[in-house]
Amino acid sequence: MTNRIRNHPVLAVPTRETISFTWHGRLLTGFAGDTVTSALVAAGIDCFGRHSKDGSPESLFCANGQCSACLVMADDVPVKGCMTPLKQGMNLSPVNDLPSLPRDDSPPQFAELPVRDVGVLIIGGGPAGMAAAIELGSTGVETLLVDDKNMLGGKLVLQTHKFFGSEEDSRAGMRGYQIAKIMEAEVAALPSVDVCLDTTAVAVYSDGVVGLVTGGGLPGHSRYHQVRPRRLLVATGARERMLAFPGNTLPGVFGAGAFQTLVNRDLVLCSRRLLVVGAGNVGLIAAYHALQAGVEVAAVVEFAPNVGGYAVHADKLRRLDVPILTRHTILKAVGNGHVEQATIGAVDEEGAVIPGSEQEWAVDTVLIAVGLNRVDEFYHKAQEAGIPVYSAGDAAEIAEASAAMIDGRLAGQTIAAALQHGSAPSSSSDWISKLAVLRSKPGPTHAQSPPAQKALVEPVFHCLEEIPCNPCTSVCPEGAVATEGDLITGVPYLFKPESCKACLNCVRVCPGLAITLVDSRTDYHHPTVTVPYELPHTELTIDTEVIVVDRQGEELGVYPIIKLLKPSRAYPATALVQFRLPRDIAWRAAGFRPMTSPAAAIAAAVAAAAQTIICRCERVTETEIRDAIRAGVRDLNQLKALTRTGMGSCGGKTCRPLLEDILRQEGVPPTDFTPLTERPLFVEVSLGALAGEKKVRS
Amino acid sequence: MSTPRKSTLRNRSYDVVIVGAGSLGVPTAMALSGMGVKTLVLDGRPSPGQGENKAAIGGIRATHSDPAKITACLRSLRIVSTWQQTHGDDLEWLKGGYLFPVYREQDRQALLSLLPIQRKYGLKVDFIDTASVGELVPGIATEGLLGGHYSPDDGSASPLLCTNAFYRRACALGAHFRFNETVDRVIVAGGRAHAVRTAAGETIPCGVVINAAGATAQDLCARSGVGLPVVAEAHEAGITEPVARLFSCMVVDIRPAEGSKNFYFYQSARGQVVFCITPEPPILKADRRETSTFLPQVATRLVELLPRLRNLRVRRTWRGLYPMTPDASPVVGWDCAVEGLFHVAGMCGQGFMLGPGLAETIAREVSGKTTAEDEIILKGFDLNRDFCGTEFLK
Repeated sequence: MTNRIRNHPVLAVPTRETISFTWHGRLLTGFAGDTVTSALVAAGIDCFGRHSKDGSPESLFCANGQCSACLVMADDVPVKGCMTPLKQGMNLSPVNDLPSLPRDDSPPQFAELPVRDVGVLIIGGGPAGMAAAIELGSTGVETLLVDDKNMLGGKLVLQTHKFFGSEEDSRAGMRGYQIAKIMEAEVAALPSVDVCLDTTAVAVYSDGVVGLVTGGGLPGHSRYHQVRPRRLLVATGARERMLAFPGNTLPGVFGAGAFQTLVNRDLVLCSRRLLVVGAGNVGLIAAYHALQAGVEVAAVVEFAPNVGGYAVHADKLRRLDVPILTRHTILKAVGNGHVEQATIGAVDEEGAVIPGSEQEWAVDTVLIAVGLNRVDEFYHKAQEAGIPVYSAGDAAEIAEASAAMIDGRLAGQTIAAALQHGSAPSSSSDWISKLAVLRSKPGPTHAQSPPAQKALVEPVFHCLEEIPCNPCTSVCPEGAVATEGDLITGVPYLFKPESCKACLNCVRVCPGLAITLVDSRTDYHHPTVTVPYELPHTELTIDTEVIVVDRQGEELGVYPIIKLLKPSRAYPATALVQFRLPRDIAWRAAGFRPMTSPAAAIAAAVAAAAQTIICRCERVTETEIRDAIRAGVRDLNQLKALTRTGMGSCGGKTCRPLLEDILRQEGVPPTDFTPLTERPLFVEVSLGALAGEKKVRS
Repeated sequence: MSTPRKSTLRNRSYDVVIVGAGSLGVPTAMALSGMGVKTLVLDGRPSPGQGENKAAIGGIRATHSDPAKITACLRSLRIVSTWQQTHGDDLEWLKGGYLFPVYREQDRQALLSLLPIQRKYGLKVDFIDTASVGELVPGIATEGLLGGHYSPDDGSASPLLCTNAFYRRACALGAHFRFNETVDRVIVAGGRAHAVRTAAGETIPCGVVINAAGATAQDLCARSGVGLPVVAEAHEAGITEPVARLFSCMVVDIRPAEGSKNFYFYQSARGQVVFCITPEPPILKADRRETSTFLPQVATRLVELLPRLRNLRVRRTWRGLYPMTPDASPVVGWDCAVEGLFHVAGMCGQGFMLGPGLAETIAREVSGKTTAEDEIILKGFDLNRDFCGTEFLK
């Protein structure tokens, strides 16, 4: 277990039971609660087998049960490693070529597979699903909430940063994983809500029945269940988009969400130095999470001319000297069995790579954060079947988790009203407008000007972009902070300058780490500046000299730390660091970085460029796809027949968006092509489970 | 076979218009183009084989008991099994044979009684003992097993790859295809079919119309004022993940069970197990949406017959339509009332295996140069028959 995080600035590192397992006959150890994938990666193994088509290494990509990259043999049965809990004594082995099934010829015994009728079935226990369950449960509606993980929370579990939005509506200022715990407890207290964890929805059939699988990850424990809901809520969230470039299936190329799962949920250190592709909020936050876990971030590259995520997230990285290169793209990833180097290049206004702009970065990991796609296949199938169906959260529209909570709440209210033949509650229109605000893209960025300095002590707001966030206004005991126009998207300002009592609540709560406090009471010319800090701080001590930087990382000078304030109970894991700075720069200081600069990039040997894979399940290359399209194929079902793209285990979940991108690039408008037909099962289920077999393999 | 209803091919922009680019339409276009007949294929779907062809599971057997089917399928087997050698495309052909394992004395008697006629038409078939059945399908349930009817020369291929390969070949030989082009009706005047009208309102004149519209063949006829005894029946199928080889043959269990008649499955050249069941009573509707009934029903029978499949994971399921005739045998021939209208319809779920073999016969019949072998086929599938009785090995 060499690759474990043993110290984290935000997350507590629990003591867990050690369990042993074998990989290819080698005895290894992991922790109880690990998935097979996380235990293997923690043990330094990330090649899970060889693809039967070309012998190329298979590794993880989504760590979320969506793709099929992490297939391994567990006790002689093929399983998805990322969804299978590690068990004591488990025999794991790679899948090279096609897996062989055990010759288990004992006669079967079958149990009945009854169909359970429920009022509401919610698929997905993330922020939207839980919020909906709370609404439904509070009005006594019989609700079944299912989730494919072993705890509720969905992606909240991975979110170690403080939330945006407002305190009142979306618990702004709290961290995602804490919100998950609170909501999980609220759900558990509702008698009409039945929660089934480790339960994967696999199909919605035309006769109104939804197929569910429990214990699916564990060999021999898989059970198939049938539910017929009066109302279905699809709160399945989103899946990460793959990106087409040579080397994109090399071990070490994976989704930003997969990285967050390994690092933040499983405390597995899966990288030493990485490159992030995509500067939306997912990419920016993942880069910061990497730094918090002690992983070096070489750069964040973004194809678009501007950062897509919140400015405060980008500024946090810039203050730590992480380059954010807009109008740049990844050209290839190379390495011998694992990523060793990534090549990036600048693109011009047309999106073409500028010759000579290529740069090679020595990294062991490339995080793909180029957007999300709705998990909407169950919604489509339910519509086709005529089941009254709703969707909420990312499954309805990709946005922040704060929006998902409100959306889920609205969906819960709508369904409850529909089942009780009443009208939607009167608060709904208010919620709908709040939802629209939370889903909105960032507004304009304002220029920063020196504060009026009417008082000797006051907060400085390094938050200049219009985003839906205002906990700084609600935590101020003096009510002295407001946002422009009193809008949640307005930038904050101090509207009662004389009343600040230096309580530091606003500095501690700010999810963007974008508020500092400038206190001139003891020394007018050298105010004390308090900045928030959420990185590993074991090496920070009083008198340590660091580089103090402004909002966007420009150096203001080297200064010693004069005081370290521990996190408060209300805002755990946000440490505060104080400096004494000259008056002219005090208001500009927004953060700091250590004096030791990152090790210089060392160019590794360049292996031969791999082909760009579009369908990773069937290893179909971009060339094969483009050739078929250029030969006139316009029906993606024909493309599937010809190339097998979309025919693999994931069912086209991973390649579908890339195929549509390629068609667009080839000048084929969406009206001119036929999409892939969606057919269940959406996750593979064993014949034994489908038959209702009683026997559990020993 | 010569009939007064047959049209002579005239010098039109197209000699033949085929309605339907599926299991029958595509190979027929290939055969006609190969004879120099100017052929247009129209299909309402966006690409070849998107109707029932892609719902077929891929078995090809000559092991029938009806001479017409045996003759056509022997030809299909020859075309598919030699295609890669001749034309280069891999069709995932696997000569795995067909096995009918037998657990009931009545089935043993019935299958034994078919051997003479099957052998008369040149089929290599035998009734094998239980040990041989166990060698062909390791792990098969042996309790009550009496042996099996086995035909080693049958096999399987990918319907998707076959149809696309035939399509490319047809195009290369000069056939024209128009997709997303639904045919509204056949235009009949003075007892003759002389054009088709598309849903978009275009009239396309031609010498002969071939109705190869699969599960919609009867609807096309109804819109054209023609009768055709074909109705659609829904069947579901599924495919698993690929695994190392378990067996190679198509296994057909002809015993009935609650809710179903026979069921059958094979492991493809790629290692995926493909399976299907015949529902009882039949589902008489043209509904292609999947139901929750199928998988538990077929999984129970599969795991009972071959328990080691219990850990094999199902990847996908789908529903297709069997265009059924009253005697469960196809219709291949000229319409009884309308001259120049040729039906290739009611394939009863066997269009994929019959298509390549029938295509050559159809092409020769339409252009007036049939062989003695063609006559066997055309006689057996004549529309002008009494439609009573059903073949045992349907």
